[in-house]
Amino acid sequence: MLRGAARFVDDVPHPHACHVAFVRSPVAAGRITEIGTADARSVPGVLAVITSEDLGHPALTAVLERAEFVPTAMPLLAHDRVRYVGEPIVAVVAETRYIAEDAAEHVWCEIAETDPVLSLADLAGAATSVHAEAPDGVLVDLQMFTDELLGDALAGAPLVLEETFRSGRVAAAPIEARGCLAEWQARDEQLVLQVSTQVPHQVRTGVASALGIAERQVRVIAPDVGGGFGLKCVVGREEVVAAAIAAMLRVPVRWSEDRQENLTAAFHGHEQEYRIRAGFDSDGRFVGVDADIVCNIGAYSAYPFSCGVEPLMAATELPGVYKVGRYAARARGFATNKPPTAPYRGVSRPQVVLVMERLLDKAARRLGIGRVEIRRRNTIGRHEFPYTGPNGITYELGSYVEALDRCAAEVRHAGWWERRDAGDGPLRGIGIVNFSERTAYGTATMGLRRMQMTPGFDVSHVRMDPSGDVVVTSGTCGHGQGHETTFAQIVADRLGVHPERVKLRQGDTDLTSFGWGTWGSRSLVIGGGSAAVASRRLADQLKVVAAELLEAGPGDIELADGHARVRGVRDAGLPIDEIAATVHFRSHTLTQHEDRLLEARGVTDPPGMFSNATHAALVEVDRGTGGTRVLDYLVVEDCGVVVNPTVVDGQVRGGVAQGIAAALYEELIYSPEGQPLAGTFMDYLVPTASEIPPVTVHHIETPCDLTETGAKGMGEGGTIGAPAAVLAAVNDALREYDAEIDHIPVRPADVVRALRRGDAADAVRQEETA
Amino acid sequence: MKDQHLVTLNVNGSEHELVLESRRTLADTLRQDLGLTGTHLGCEHGICGACTVLLDGEPVRACLVFGVQADGHEVRTVEGLARGDELNDLQQAFSRHHGLQCGFCTPGFLMLAEAYLSTGPEADPDEVREVVSANLCRCTGYQGIVEAVTEVAAERRGEAKTAHD
Repeated sequence: MLRGAARFVDDVPHPHACHVAFVRSPVAAGRITEIGTADARSVPGVLAVITSEDLGHPALTAVLERAEFVPTAMPLLAHDRVRYVGEPIVAVVAETRYIAEDAAEHVWCEIAETDPVLSLADLAGAATSVHAEAPDGVLVDLQMFTDELLGDALAGAPLVLEETFRSGRVAAAPIEARGCLAEWQARDEQLVLQVSTQVPHQVRTGVASALGIAERQVRVIAPDVGGGFGLKCVVGREEVVAAAIAAMLRVPVRWSEDRQENLTAAFHGHEQEYRIRAGFDSDGRFVGVDADIVCNIGAYSAYPFSCGVEPLMAATELPGVYKVGRYAARARGFATNKPPTAPYRGVSRPQVVLVMERLLDKAARRLGIGRVEIRRRNTIGRHEFPYTGPNGITYELGSYVEALDRCAAEVRHAGWWERRDAGDGPLRGIGIVNFSERTAYGTATMGLRRMQMTPGFDVSHVRMDPSGDVVVTSGTCGHGQGHETTFAQIVADRLGVHPERVKLRQGDTDLTSFGWGTWGSRSLVIGGGSAAVASRRLADQLKVVAAELLEAGPGDIELADGHARVRGVRDAGLPIDEIAATVHFRSHTLTQHEDRLLEARGVTDPPGMFSNATHAALVEVDRGTGGTRVLDYLVVEDCGVVVNPTVVDGQVRGGVAQGIAAALYEELIYSPEGQPLAGTFMDYLVPTASEIPPVTVHHIETPCDLTETGAKGMGEGGTIGAPAAVLAAVNDALREYDAEIDHIPVRPADVVRALRRGDAADAVRQEETA
Repeated sequence: MKDQHLVTLNVNGSEHELVLESRRTLADTLRQDLGLTGTHLGCEHGICGACTVLLDGEPVRACLVFGVQADGHEVRTVEGLARGDELNDLQQAFSRHHGLQCGFCTPGFLMLAEAYLSTGPEADPDEVREVVSANLCRCTGYQGIVEAVTEVAAERRGEAKTAHD
């Protein structure tokens, strides 16, 4: 990585690979009446110009097995209708990317434009729905929880808040965009697809099903992957098209997504609206929450997760760390003429946390209760675990109140309140938010979603070679989360060898067992847990051999520092390397090791467990420009046993940066015609080091007894907490102005409007007083 | 007539003669013609800085420079930082401070930082933060990058001072 020797998919050398460029829809909605490819075909260096018809109209269809879900097919290439600007229609294959892009300009698509549906408001009057199968535009409509007594409870509550919260459409924007290299290997009758993905096995299934070939005929390899954040945990149609072309033309084919495609034509996320009625008693305790959630999921259901991901997550997880009393939620996903959405880091949790935290801050203000105090009163306490909420979830032991108190104390000690109130300078505010993050969803929890393909378990293999080095393989597929380090630690701990003797191999469907990849904060717990199980078994195998060689019982053997020793006997013991050599080369000398194995398999499938954290943000708002700057950021997090603090802190800090981005800077805006207005990094504002403050991270360790290592997942928490913390801090900075900003991103214009409104209200008050 | 030019590039100390189309970017030249794939392309419009290389010691976006513009000049890429197997001080500091996660943007940050460090800066963390704002990282939140560059600046200053004394 540091010396430029990494192998991202575009770095994989292939001198003869052709390049694919896609011709994409220039309009948001319309019917394709004609596609002219002849001119493009005649460009020198062009091998083929491919339409959906040429491929036999393949499609990817994600299915939730629920009556409330409408399955819709996502064609690999649009053929009858286009449903968003950027939708791929034609693939041009040429000797170089330069020629492919030149030739793409010579493809001519006649499209009869129709009015686009871009929002829920458009839906009502729309002449044409996005999908004929869903005339009302709703692809999923879930009444998740009902409570007949909720209405009465709210009616009788001393304080009822009726509020609407919104979050903007954002892109994961990994610095490596998507891309692939596909080649048909005649010798093995196998398509080898190297692709920047988080889920090699799901890509394999997607390619095999779309192309109508056997899974064994597809080998998917994820080389180094330059960030994913959920964008790459779904199967992209472009990579399947490239695979189809490689299989059909029998030429190696490369596709390298450019940034404009990545921002305007890949998968998006987080465009949601929450209409909430929440009742509180006079002490600020929730009596009930009624939620109506709508997710703008774009034009298609992403494969394999479907568009149910955001609405299901939102409705199920909204209550979070709080005892909400009575609860009901309806969650809908509706189709629009925007790009499809994928499970972007956090998946609805940044929004549900923002909603709950805004509700509490509003209630605190109205009832005159401190913001930390109102949280303390509503948070599930230490002695209430396991706690089962009205959302049917049972929360295992966490440190929800402890994290809150610790964070409040750290903020005090760091002098934030003094910094907030110092002088007459810029407006400053503090936000403190408390939340949990369900991680490592296993089969039992995922099964409740009723996906046609239910993820959950994962398998790891551990094997020791004759020199005593260890290779661990996993079906998870890390891409920057430090799995090479943490998996090696887990395995080395159990085998008594140095972590440098352990190498992780992942991301190759021919090399690893079937797996579900890396997403949903699952890998360390499920992949790492499986590696722990497998290592324990391998350790047992070593102990059997060591016992024979040391003339002791296997139960008395200890493995540590690269040696096997008899417990209680203080001698040099036997080097594990020597045991490995004996098993492989001198097995005839052993009587107790009949299976001749130094390798083992482990599977884990935990239920899914809740990490928790409290975040605090200190922000400064410029009275003149309305610009907001995050000055300081503090996290107290509990992800159970911390396997590697450096890795955990890195995940938290990177996550917080993405959360700040969503809170203040990033949004994919569309014109009324459905044209994307953010197509470059000049208008999609990924924050730089100047916008992201140092983040202080404190740990609380509540070991988890549901997992092999005692760890819980923690890959998304940073992104989940930061939008709520920043929004709370902005509202606090504007506290004198009675501002109520209930959406992200908060633009300077929103702040200026709030300041003016406050000034105007102030003027009215002064006039009235006069 | 083909629009091609014979150019000479000195890359990491080695001379290369190449025939390049005039529109071929320096990034594609390095990556595809010379096989130096450490220089990455993240946006191809000059914002993310993943493709930052040094052209006669100055940091440039290799996606915005044509290969022919580098004719007769010296180019330094991430592959030129380590001495054999030994990472240089900056590379080691990135590793120590967890200044990388997925590693895709890392070569650009390393080259940007090398250019900055070559000016012998005082390098307080605020200034470093401003300098590294030239590039984008999506994984780390930048903290490890800032720490690494600040530390190496201090170390190199210390060494320079010692040498001077």
